Amino acid sequence: MEFVMAIIIGILFMAAVYLILSRSLLRIILGTGLLSHGAHLLILTMGGLGGTSPPVLADGVTDYADPLPQALILTAIVISFGVTAFMLVLFYRTYGEHKTDNMSLMKGNDEHD
Amino acid sequence: MDFVLLIFLPVLAALFVPFIFRKLKNVHTGWFVFFVPVLLFIYYLGFIRLTMDGEVAVSELSWIPSLGISFTAYIDGLSLLFSLLITGIGALVVLYSIFYLDKNREKLNNFYVYLLMFMTAMLGIVQSDNVISLYLFWELTSISSFLLIGYWFTKDRSRFGALKSMMITVFGGLMMLGGFVLLGIMGDTFSIRELTANASTLVGHEYFTLAIVLVLLGAFTKSAQFPFYIWLPDAMEAPTPVSAYLHSATMVKAGLYLVARFTPIFAASEVWIWLVTGIGLLTLFWGSFFAVKQTDLKAILAFSTVSQLGLIMSLLGASAIMYHVDGTDTAIFKFAAFAAIFHLLNHATFKGSLFMIAGIVDHETGTRDIRKLGGLMSIMPVSFTVAFIGSMSMAGLPPFNGFLSKEMFLTSMLALREFELFNFATWGMIFPIVAWIASVFTFVYSFYFVFKTFAGKKKKEALPLQPKEAPLGMLISPVILATLVVVIFFIPNIIGDMLVKPAVLAMQQGLYTHPSEVAVHVSAWHGWSSPEFLMTLGIIGVGALLFLTMSKWQKLYDIQPAYFSLNALYDSFMIFGESGMNRLSRFYMTGLIRTYLLYMFTFLVLLTTAVLFIKDAFVVDMDSFAPVSAYGILTAIILILAVCMVLFAKTRLAAIIALGGVGYSVALFFVIYKAPDLALTQLVIETVSVALFLLAFRHLPALKNHGESKGFRFGNFVISLGVGIMVTLVALSAHSQKLVPSISQYYKDTVFTEAAGGNIVNVILVDYRGFDTLFEIAVLAIAGIGVYSMIRLRLSRKESSDENK
Repeated sequence: MEFVMAIIIGILFMAAVYLILSRSLLRIILGTGLLSHGAHLLILTMGGLGGTSPPVLADGVTDYADPLPQALILTAIVISFGVTAFMLVLFYRTYGEHKTDNMSLMKGNDEHD
Repeated sequence: MDFVLLIFLPVLAALFVPFIFRKLKNVHTGWFVFFVPVLLFIYYLGFIRLTMDGEVAVSELSWIPSLGISFTAYIDGLSLLFSLLITGIGALVVLYSIFYLDKNREKLNNFYVYLLMFMTAMLGIVQSDNVISLYLFWELTSISSFLLIGYWFTKDRSRFGALKSMMITVFGGLMMLGGFVLLGIMGDTFSIRELTANASTLVGHEYFTLAIVLVLLGAFTKSAQFPFYIWLPDAMEAPTPVSAYLHSATMVKAGLYLVARFTPIFAASEVWIWLVTGIGLLTLFWGSFFAVKQTDLKAILAFSTVSQLGLIMSLLGASAIMYHVDGTDTAIFKFAAFAAIFHLLNHATFKGSLFMIAGIVDHETGTRDIRKLGGLMSIMPVSFTVAFIGSMSMAGLPPFNGFLSKEMFLTSMLALREFELFNFATWGMIFPIVAWIASVFTFVYSFYFVFKTFAGKKKKEALPLQPKEAPLGMLISPVILATLVVVIFFIPNIIGDMLVKPAVLAMQQGLYTHPSEVAVHVSAWHGWSSPEFLMTLGIIGVGALLFLTMSKWQKLYDIQPAYFSLNALYDSFMIFGESGMNRLSRFYMTGLIRTYLLYMFTFLVLLTTAVLFIKDAFVVDMDSFAPVSAYGILTAIILILAVCMVLFAKTRLAAIIALGGVGYSVALFFVIYKAPDLALTQLVIETVSVALFLLAFRHLPALKNHGESKGFRFGNFVISLGVGIMVTLVALSAHSQKLVPSISQYYKDTVFTEAAGGNIVNVILVDYRGFDTLFEIAVLAIAGIGVYSMIRLRLSRKESSDENK
């Protein structure tokens, strides 16, 4: 199953990077969302997917799923939400200021040097 | 008492200068500063007894012991001589500056802070035993020199000169640091004393010659040797007390100090002897030759300083020969080291006084242009006397100290003919010839300086100010120096025993054990038929002839076109540097975020993939894989479909919903892989995210392609494909390759006994890694503040723009 997951992670990263490199601001934000999904699954896969029961202590169970990646991902999910929200408002404000979402027009000019 | 702390006394005193300047407006700030060098001078005088016995004093202050770096002050004959020069001339210069700089018009607080900073830096250079702290002080002198040259920073010339000196000396300083690091690698220590003691083991090391060249670059740039001297004439834009202090008596001698200090380490090398002697002699000739061309009083002195520094440099090079001769031959080579130190001292006295006189002339007449000056002798008799004494000493005439050291210089250069190693037998004759020619020009510019200014006809109408004799206070310092010039001539051997011989002992460690073994006796008279006497006669004869006919041949200098000079080279280098670098940065800094991301992703892919294969880290361990499950495959298909929808969505709404689909499939994966907490969180967060997107949806523009061409998209595709493949490879090998055992087992084992919890993930978050969670909340709070302020910012701005209307 790890092999399948590795390919899915690759696809997620690829789609994310492709979107981030585009000119449309909204696509860039969508890309960062995909990027964090990919990263979360990457951490999960690194730890191994073989556990047969959730990491909650129970009598007679020895084969728990790895708790460490889960703890890391839990933090990461919340943080990525914060980032997405921030980006979204940034986008909203940028669009409000410049009346465009075309990244190739947002490069500053000599006055900004 | 730890005298290492005294190095920092001036800079400590500098802390109080701005307060004194503000609070006590009626008293010239210089009077307070004056005490610092005077006290230090008196204190350092006490060491003379010590160094005369060949003893040394060490005082340590540790700094970074783990790297072997410390502030270790080390006083031997050489350090002491320089320390006395720094504080002695420093005191005289401060005294002079009190009358030179007006207390009401000048920013004295800046001036004295820089000057005291320089004093500390200079004392640090000459007393440091550790090369790293030496380097630190070395750069501090460059910085304080930069600040002092640019003291009148509203003048273009001042800023230009300051920058030029900084560029050249800091370049040399960096090279020198490289040399020091190489020395540290070779000798496994940063201590000069230890390096000197192990000098014989360093010779022949593969870095030895490179270290020599690098250290010499530092010395040559600082001491204004050819071809780096060009910064010194431009440094003359500094106030004259600064020129007298930094750019003739002390800072430019730091390079000489460095060469003298490293002579015991490097003397074994042929490269060292040739470079130091050769460049020194070339500089001596070059400086004296071009000094005659100048029309600005201070420029004449600047070129003469360049030339005199070259003279001392060549003597230092010649003194290294002492390490290659033994037995009875040594007597003739002993002169060089003694002459170098002796002339260094003499030069400080006569050149210091001459600079002060140039300042007085400038101050009292309003110009330093020698073409406008003349006939000041009767108006400024004291200044003339001092200038006369200084110039005659510089020209090498008796009864002044310059005569003695000039004679010893000629003796040393003649002695080079006798040296047999390193091709000196064939080329040795060049040294006395060049030395003689340079001495002739020295004679000419010395006369040019004093007589064109003070003798001849008065040209009163051309002077901006009505000339008068300088105030008494301004004359004290030059008169003291001029007196020394005469006194040293009559008691050269007492000065020699007290200061010069201990310094020679330090410079030629291992050859002597006590200063008295430097058996050099200075005498003014060598006999009628001695070559020195005949050379001196020739210098006076030819020099006088050239001086009298000067008006006829001085124009010859104009033949050299301005664009064919070292200064033009420097200027074009600076211009090219600025515009070239600007163009280069503009070439790759396009201002587009996408460009920068492209660089980052490309290098990320290349570096990671390369490391993965070079380190042979790509491993796939099929056996450890979990079995493929039907639910997993199904979820994977849903996820891939959702990703494709995000990629190809034509409308905003479809893209947002598809993104939510990706998030929910990830949540399904969390369910499949036994991560209930993650699944719950992911579901909640994804729902809130989609809601947020939909909330903002109304304000967002429709999805547009903004004219992305096929090539543009293909480029993006290639980069993203690379990233995707790279991450897949990393994911596979990260799973298969466990270099260190996981700490997960520790959590599983202790979660109940240590934290009394059952849900391992939750316990990790709130207990084992509680701080991490706390900061996570902080990040969320900051993001919230960011979101809030971005919206608020717009409102307040809109309000203010409304008010403007």
